[in-house]
Amino acid sequence: MSSSLMNKLGHDRQAFLLSDTGSKVFLSLLVIMSLLVIVGNLMIPETSALHISTYTVTLLGKYLCFALLAMSVDVIWGYCGILSLGHGAFFALGGYGMGMYLMRQIGDRGVYGDPLLPDFMVFLNWQELPWFWYGFDQFWFAMLMILLVPGLLAFVFGWLAFRSRVTGVYLSIMTQALTYALLLAFFRNEMGFGGNNGLTDFKDIVGQDLQADSTRVSLFVISAIVLAFAYLLSRWILQSKFGRVIISIRDAEARTRFLGYRTESYKVWLFVYSAVLAGIAGALYVPQVGIINPSEFAPLNSIEVVVWVAVGGRGTLYGAIAGAILVNFAKTRFTAIFPEAWLFALGGLFVVVTVFLPKGIVGLLAKRNKKNNGPDNKVAEADV
Amino acid sequence: MLLRFTYHSVLRLLFVFAACYPFNSMAQDVLVPVLSEGNGSIEDTVPTIASVSERLAGAKLKEVAAIVNELETVGGTQVLPLFQALIDGDLFYTKGDKRIVIAKRIDSSKQYLLKDAISGDELGTVEKKKIRKVKTNNRLRSGIRTTIARLHLFSDDVSLRQGAISNMSEKLTQDNVNLLLQAKQTEKNKSVRASIEVALAMYQLDAGERSEKLAAIGLLKGNLDPTVRNKLATVVESESDKSIAQAAAAALKTIEGKITFYGYLETLFFGLSLGSVLLLVAAGLAITFGVMGVINMAHGEMIMLGAYTTYVIQLLMPNHIALSIFIAIPAAFIVSALFGILIERGVIQFLKGRPLETLLATFGISLILQQFVRSIFSPLNRQVATPEFMSGALEINSVFSITYNRLYILVFALLVFFILQLILKKTSLGLNVRAVSQNRDMAKAMGIRTEWVDALTFGLGSGIAGLAGVALSQITNVGPNLGQAYIIDSFMVVVFGGVGNLWGTLVGGFSLGVLNKFLEPATGAVLAKIIVLVGIILFIQKRPRGLFPQKGRAAE
Repeated sequence: MSSSLMNKLGHDRQAFLLSDTGSKVFLSLLVIMSLLVIVGNLMIPETSALHISTYTVTLLGKYLCFALLAMSVDVIWGYCGILSLGHGAFFALGGYGMGMYLMRQIGDRGVYGDPLLPDFMVFLNWQELPWFWYGFDQFWFAMLMILLVPGLLAFVFGWLAFRSRVTGVYLSIMTQALTYALLLAFFRNEMGFGGNNGLTDFKDIVGQDLQADSTRVSLFVISAIVLAFAYLLSRWILQSKFGRVIISIRDAEARTRFLGYRTESYKVWLFVYSAVLAGIAGALYVPQVGIINPSEFAPLNSIEVVVWVAVGGRGTLYGAIAGAILVNFAKTRFTAIFPEAWLFALGGLFVVVTVFLPKGIVGLLAKRNKKNNGPDNKVAEADV
Repeated sequence: MLLRFTYHSVLRLLFVFAACYPFNSMAQDVLVPVLSEGNGSIEDTVPTIASVSERLAGAKLKEVAAIVNELETVGGTQVLPLFQALIDGDLFYTKGDKRIVIAKRIDSSKQYLLKDAISGDELGTVEKKKIRKVKTNNRLRSGIRTTIARLHLFSDDVSLRQGAISNMSEKLTQDNVNLLLQAKQTEKNKSVRASIEVALAMYQLDAGERSEKLAAIGLLKGNLDPTVRNKLATVVESESDKSIAQAAAAALKTIEGKITFYGYLETLFFGLSLGSVLLLVAAGLAITFGVMGVINMAHGEMIMLGAYTTYVIQLLMPNHIALSIFIAIPAAFIVSALFGILIERGVIQFLKGRPLETLLATFGISLILQQFVRSIFSPLNRQVATPEFMSGALEINSVFSITYNRLYILVFALLVFFILQLILKKTSLGLNVRAVSQNRDMAKAMGIRTEWVDALTFGLGSGIAGLAGVALSQITNVGPNLGQAYIIDSFMVVVFGGVGNLWGTLVGGFSLGVLNKFLEPATGAVLAKIIVLVGIILFIQKRPRGLFPQKGRAAE
């Protein structure tokens, strides 16, 4: 994306968005995968060798949610240099929003058969629904909250942090403290989110049975569409003038400020956007795995996301997505074959990637194909 | 009138029945040292005691009382075990040589374990039919009980006297009161005298005249003993005379005020104790993060390694727990420091000037170390034994006590802190460290081997984390996640106190600890922690460089 190329294509954004190889490869892969899943799961009979099991569909759907989460981290880390170690918090908040909706959908089919109260509240002897559970029986309200709650938290946190110019590792540790505080809070039964056990035992979503194959495939396809849409939107945002300022903040914040830009507002809005993406990822994740509990807030989870991005290569968006899918695929295989070794592998990955592969897999590929691609991906080259 | 009389007599009866128990335990607890101390004098007194006690063999009930009195005058405190056994029905004599023995039945078998009643020597086991019980009855028992109390009350040992008084004040019978009055005449020790007066005052509350009752309340005001509190509470409830009830209520209020005060003092101590732990875990971080500017997410694992070192050393020398702690202190320092140097040389030095990458890489190392420990020691928590000198508590009064392990850790933390200050301020290593942290290039130009200094500084910080591990092993279980629990807290302490400032870490650690503990009663432990975290996040908004920011050129 040299600047001359960009100017030329500035008029026709649609064409521009699909101009680089990475995006093309990524989007076509996504479409092919979705089609394969639809055909493989719903049309090919179970007896056939080509049949894709519902378990695999759900697993792939989960990967896509993680990919969206990784992309949300890449948006702020790769493009703005803000290393958030607390993005799991936004992910989990989105997940809880969806979980609350699904919980209300259970109705009187719970173990205790209470038409209004979720099981855990009956268990805790609560008499009425807490105020913050109102409205979650409506799908649109739940969706709104999934966008609003992480966004609002990110806004308040970001506004406080960026305004007083908390940067670098301080900010990272603050975000980690944020998710740690939420972890502790959600573990409490008194919070009204199911405490330790979280929310689970979901039955259906917008009238569809959650266990049905068709629902699973639909959820997967929705995840794929949302991911593609979010990818295009993020690209569009980051290629706009706003995005240019963001990148200049990453490279020289003080200079950008002296040029007259209010860097903190740019950072806050990007942070909010990223948090909303993470929240959506969480909301898509919960119906597919069927549970949300406070462990999603664990600082380790958030840091793992960062490593996905680092492995894939930050500052390219598709790199983050590739990293998320690769690392999670490895995790699934590793934990199945020899679970003892997974933490060794993950830890090793942290060290190897940061020391030897600062630009991730994408950077490695770019280096190899330098002749083919030309001086592509300036974004990825700049050190953060 | 009649009603009152019966009430009293019933009470007395109850006392007689209830009296059995507490004396038992007390006597057994305190007698052993008395016996062993008295060893020297046994030589000349034993013959007389023995000759008197011999007569117990086959004595009739009538005779036993007389023999007991004689024994008291002859033997003094030395015959206490014999008396106690007599009350418990454990005093026998052997049919053969008429020796007076204490016999304990072995687990509902027919065998009895024998001990000489006077010297306490083990005499082996015999069958039931070889021995016969020394006769007693209830009347005799209560007489002996008074005798035991008297012996205690007039013994030379202050703690024995105190114990007797506190036991007596739980059930103030007329006999006991008479004994106490007697003891008051001769008692010279001030604190024992005071306890006697308190006990007597409690008796006055029941039996005294109005003026005596008021005087008693005046005396009891401010006494923290729970029995006194209960007594006053019953007086407030049951006393018919209003002015006395009011006086008692006022006295109770004073006592409760005092208790609240000590409650605060206790919370403060808990806070300082938590603060000392935070100081210990954060002190190492203050070096690596504060002075070197390296984010070491594996810092928690350095603590864990220190704790496991303590555990291993204790495994190696299970019979010398106290010594093992003192060996563990340098050993944990060395182990953690070596690991630290390894990490610095192996990874961190390649990531200079890239703090975010350092953070990620060290986080990876922390995962590896955790799994490493999990593979070697199993994921289960391990218990490290606490040496004797660190267990127990320093009792300041009946509502406020300080546990020794926390006290020692507080002292240890301060000691480590000041040694660290000394190293940084007075040694050439410290000078180099400060020079490199202030201006790396200039230091290099002056001929300081900066890589060498980096490695040593990192080793120092990690080693101190290892020391924190030794301390933590004394208050929590040792497990692979030990370090993780503290890593966020310790970062908070350093950030709150101000990066690059050890004094800031000290103040930060203690103030966060105290704040946490004072919030806890009102909000619960978890919420208190959350409030503190959110508080720090807000505080950082106001003062991004912490409580004591570094000033001058070194700050940038």
